[in-house]
Amino acid sequence: MRIFDPHIHMTSRTTDDYRAMYDAGVRALVEPSFWLGQPRTSPASFFDYFDALLGWEPFRASQYGIAHHCTLALNPKEANDPRCTPVLDALPRYLVKDSVVAVGEIGYDSMTPAEDHALAAQLQLAADHGLPALVHTPHRDKLAGLHRTIDVIRESNLPPEFVLLDHLNETTVKAATDSGCWAGFSIYPDTKMDEDRMVTILQNHGTEKILVNSAADWGKSDPLKTRKVADAMLKAGFTEDDVDQVLWRNPVAFYGQSGRLQLDVLTPDPLHEGNSILRGGE
Amino acid sequence: MTARKELDAELGGTARAWLDEALAEAAHDAAAAPDALRAEVSPCASPPWELRYAAAGRHCGPEHADSVRSLLLVEARAPLSSVTRLYEQGTAAERRAVLLTLHLLDLGDTALPLVEDALRANDTRLVAAAVGPYAADHLDPHAWRHAVLKCLFTEVPVAAVARLADRARGDAELARMLDDFAAERTAAGRPVPEDLRTVLALTAPTAAPAPTEEF
Repeated sequence: MRIFDPHIHMTSRTTDDYRAMYDAGVRALVEPSFWLGQPRTSPASFFDYFDALLGWEPFRASQYGIAHHCTLALNPKEANDPRCTPVLDALPRYLVKDSVVAVGEIGYDSMTPAEDHALAAQLQLAADHGLPALVHTPHRDKLAGLHRTIDVIRESNLPPEFVLLDHLNETTVKAATDSGCWAGFSIYPDTKMDEDRMVTILQNHGTEKILVNSAADWGKSDPLKTRKVADAMLKAGFTEDDVDQVLWRNPVAFYGQSGRLQLDVLTPDPLHEGNSILRGGE
Repeated sequence: MTARKELDAELGGTARAWLDEALAEAAHDAAAAPDALRAEVSPCASPPWELRYAAAGRHCGPEHADSVRSLLLVEARAPLSSVTRLYEQGTAAERRAVLLTLHLLDLGDTALPLVEDALRANDTRLVAAAVGPYAADHLDPHAWRHAVLKCLFTEVPVAAVARLADRARGDAELARMLDDFAAERTAAGRPVPEDLRTVLALTAPTAAPAPTEEF
């Protein structure tokens, strides 16, 4: 079984998690930039974080045979902090990087005017860079937040098939799929969604344009939830091909729209590419 | 690194056209202003070829990214401000291409902080790229010895260290550091890396020259 976790915050996880994920079948993942659990106080703090998502974290992942890509953005929560908003001006130089496969996580947290601005500006950045967008739906007042999100997407230059609406549940799945966007579900130990509810949603809505992620981070979460959904799907009578579609082909199709997915994991051998420097003297 | 001529032969028409344009932009930048006058106007105002630098692999193929980036740096006669910006704002792959090209640029020892940064990293691709000819020419003895030890610690093959035999020959301090490291490993019941013995042999005052490593 091959698994692509389309939303997981590996910077908060240990190397044991990488090993366990590989053993469970995870071969590729996307790490969206998000809030660190404690406020950042300057754009420089974001830049160090972006650099980690573009350098150190892919290296760590490659040591465990997992392809690592990222999405970069100013997250909805910190879009409200004027100390952080200059990040928006620096994003263009990051969005040209090879392993950036979307703009994200963007979206709403408390639905403020500052969040309106950051969401619209970053949807435009995605359109300008030919990138999809990973759009988080708010935890509080979710259905109203989803409708407002869809309105902003309709007004943007980004087509709905370039948008993944994430953290959906039973109350938001219909509006999300009706919008033409891709639908993402984060499976958590206690909150948001669990694997059995996920299976029911798949039974009711099918397996097209639906993505499942663990969204594991620094909070109570489980990086193996993708595998647990796969197992629950099989137990409920879905085929291996259905599982492969939801847990591999759908995320590949969505992020593949960036033209930047590289699913062969480069060997961590330091001379793999550096070899060429030695060739002249050998 | 693949030379321009070989690259031209290997690249398809679209990629070759992209490379031609990118190199022309770099050459234009090199001709436009003497190094001393190319001070940064603003950290966000990068010359056009620097934007090409990030996208090199997508346009010319990931296997040619290092070579294309290196060609861009050389063609632009990249000044310290450019290499520093490209390194500091670069992905690991972009940083590696800067490190691999430093010795081909007219920078004296001014780019040493980039090499030192890479040697502090634990990303072995960066460490391997940092111990090339530029490090061989410019790292002081203390930093160079630590670079060799770093390779042993992080399992970067010492074949990556440029002019290793040359610099190691007769280096009693390096020999002592290697002996201590070997003793520490032995005390811990852990194997001594084979490469350590290779380097140790090279520290003898009359050590035979290792296979040439010319660049």
